[in-house]
Amino acid sequence: MTTAQIKEAVLRGLGQIAPEADLGSLAPRANIRETLDIDSFDFLNFLVGLNQALGVEIPESDYDQLTTLDDIVGYLSAHIG
Amino acid sequence: MPSLGADMRAATLVEWYVQPGSHVKHGDVVADVETDKGVIEIEIFEDGEIEQILVQPGQRVPVGTVLATFRGEGAAVMPAPPPSAAPAPGAVQVAEQQPVRAAPTLPTGKAVRASPLARRLAAEHGIDLNLVQGTGPHGAIERADIERAAAARKAAESPPVTPVVEPTPAEAAAAPPVAPAPPAAEKPAVTEFQEGMRRAIAAAMARSNREIPHYYLETRIDMSHALRWLEGENARRSVAQRLLPVVLLIKAVARALGDVPELNGYWIDDRHQPQEGIHIGFAISLRQGGLIAPALHHADLKSLDELMEAMRDLITRVRAGRLRGSEMSDATITLTSLGDMGVETVYGVIYPPQVALVGFGKIREQPWVENGMLGIRPVLTATLAGDHRATDGHRGARFLDALNHYLQEADQL
Repeated sequence: MTTAQIKEAVLRGLGQIAPEADLGSLAPRANIRETLDIDSFDFLNFLVGLNQALGVEIPESDYDQLTTLDDIVGYLSAHIG
Repeated sequence: MPSLGADMRAATLVEWYVQPGSHVKHGDVVADVETDKGVIEIEIFEDGEIEQILVQPGQRVPVGTVLATFRGEGAAVMPAPPPSAAPAPGAVQVAEQQPVRAAPTLPTGKAVRASPLARRLAAEHGIDLNLVQGTGPHGAIERADIERAAAARKAAESPPVTPVVEPTPAEAAAAPPVAPAPPAAEKPAVTEFQEGMRRAIAAAMARSNREIPHYYLETRIDMSHALRWLEGENARRSVAQRLLPVVLLIKAVARALGDVPELNGYWIDDRHQPQEGIHIGFAISLRQGGLIAPALHHADLKSLDELMEAMRDLITRVRAGRLRGSEMSDATITLTSLGDMGVETVYGVIYPPQVALVGFGKIREQPWVENGMLGIRPVLTATLAGDHRATDGHRGARFLDALNHYLQEADQL
């Protein structure tokens, strides 16, 4: 899976959680939880969505590596088999 | 029309799921009504048969209005459904005062799934929801579907039909006339929902501040045991099965209320009325602004997994606008957690007629002294806002102490 495809899946997941957000203007290094007002419940749902879409099981101890769009795409690229 | 919260004065009947002659069972959803906080499903609380429908879809009626008559099994005719919370002061049975309107054909019983915003837009555009193809989850009709339908009709240049919702003469006199919605109805519709939500919150919170003499207690809780246990538990679970820390908090509050039951209940008619069932109103913020605190029923009797599932279900339905009436009116206490926003301490405003509100801030590492040793622990600040008419600080302190105790034994929750 290419980085572009992963990024697309991530943006799709964020779009489901924050449907009103303009994801096109989301800065790649912005803190997504702050920028998109994502609470811990939404964040967990986002990870469940990524798990379903990409088959990646993200341990809770890695959550703090998933702050920005760049972080998330990088993390997933490294962990998709 | 049951009261679905202290802040509710009136609501619009959206749809009936029964008709005269329908047999209903305890817990059946018989109708949808639209309040300022969205579309709520109205349940019935007895088994029996619907006799007569008195309020038609589109009619807005005050709390206390008889919506339909109903014959309980082996019982005399009685109004249905009974209000499950305290009726608003001055609420009267006013069905006969409502203007008679040409009755639309009774629903066929097929439920139309649509978001509150979609219903509002459809009403503004005069679009029959039954004729719209939904593209949302489970075929739910969403804003985009209504906009498509509206655009399609505009293209066909057919004249708009009369909107379904009309103000009653009383309302028309009380409220300024609403200008017809412009074609791009998105913004006004959202604003209208937000305005209604703000009005509802304003009414409840102003009443709370006027009537309830609040006292506040605050305590710091060492969360290291609870979080360590949760970490171990979540490490064994796939992402979809994981528990959030707030679930531990909900359960600990429910357990502590078992020890201090005075905080679980209402103040109604100058009288403290503790309740047996522990139904925790869980404050959920809406993305479009505003707040709803629907009840997690019998939180003390649910396992952590059941609570997580119930909370997931509740949040999902809050955001889709599919709450049930009992969830709106049954809460016996409110829990609000603002830790996700980085807030340390929450000083809550009690939701009347409840007598307490528990607030949680962010769990953050702080210096912690124990047995003469200074260490660093994840610390949670818990607050209690109590109604001083119903309880005193001593009972409140007892509650926070019990809460702390249960969180130190998270594996027992």
